[in-house]
Amino acid sequence: MAIRTIYLLVYVALLILLALTMATAQLQLGIWNPVLNLSIATLKAGLIAWFFMHLEESSGLVRIFAIAAIVWTSGLFIGGLIDWLTRPWAG
Amino acid sequence: MTERLAAVLPYSDARQQHEAARMGMWIFLATELMLFGGLFMGIVVYRVLYSEAVAEASSHLDMWLGGLNTAVLLTSSLTMAFAVACAREGRAGPCTRNLLLTAALGTLFLGIKGYEYWKEYHEGLMPGIGPPFPIETPPAELFFNLYFAATGLHALHLTCGIGAVLGFSWLVGRRRLRLPARESYVEGLGLYWHLVDVIWVFLYPVLYLV
Repeated sequence: MAIRTIYLLVYVALLILLALTMATAQLQLGIWNPVLNLSIATLKAGLIAWFFMHLEESSGLVRIFAIAAIVWTSGLFIGGLIDWLTRPWAG
Repeated sequence: MTERLAAVLPYSDARQQHEAARMGMWIFLATELMLFGGLFMGIVVYRVLYSEAVAEASSHLDMWLGGLNTAVLLTSSLTMAFAVACAREGRAGPCTRNLLLTAALGTLFLGIKGYEYWKEYHEGLMPGIGPPFPIETPPAELFFNLYFAATGLHALHLTCGIGAVLGFSWLVGRRRLRLPARESYVEGLGLYWHLVDVIWVFLYPVLYLV
């Protein structure tokens, strides 16, 4: 499949995911709203990173650096949320 | 396989030089991600601590304008991907056009964002200036401070990106940047642009869709 076709398909998928996240935001799903929104956002970011940012054709070395970015950033969230979500008066 | 720039020391061959360029760019993108990570963590802690105040404050944001902006930025990522594809094929004319289109869509995003800021100013939601803050609960005001800090920092990154894209479109259009020999330059610029898009992809649901 030509590269431009792949890019267009990814783009259409991204727009569909955007519509999905906006539509589900109209529903009252409690805790599942942010879970769904963040899952869809992660999926969109994954599509952008894999196809638009050329991770599909990159060597393992480059992919590890991309994953490392996520790992180190998530360290901040995991460490912080371990604190905040286990406080008795919050979360 | 199209020609790449001939390898110079310390690289062993052209393929390795290209790989090193990508690796270095990803290190920079990682630092940018961590910069925004701090702001995201602030927003997350706020949602944990003051969920109702944050939900009420977020309802003052226009999710349809935000959604439109997201679509604009996604389209600009598509045109940027096309620009890189043209650069690899050595087609400077289409590459220039796609780069200009990318810059135009980025500017459209800034325009819509500016309109949102103007609306929020008149509703008194901006910190420090304008009419008084309309919502009673103090955490709501803090949420809006975070909103302006995060989207402002993102807009700053986008502005720098637009400037870089315009500069590259001039260099490629004037044939100063030889394609496909120097296509990794355009590719690196594309990586930065896509990261700015990815950051907005996360900013939108976290701020607008509470």
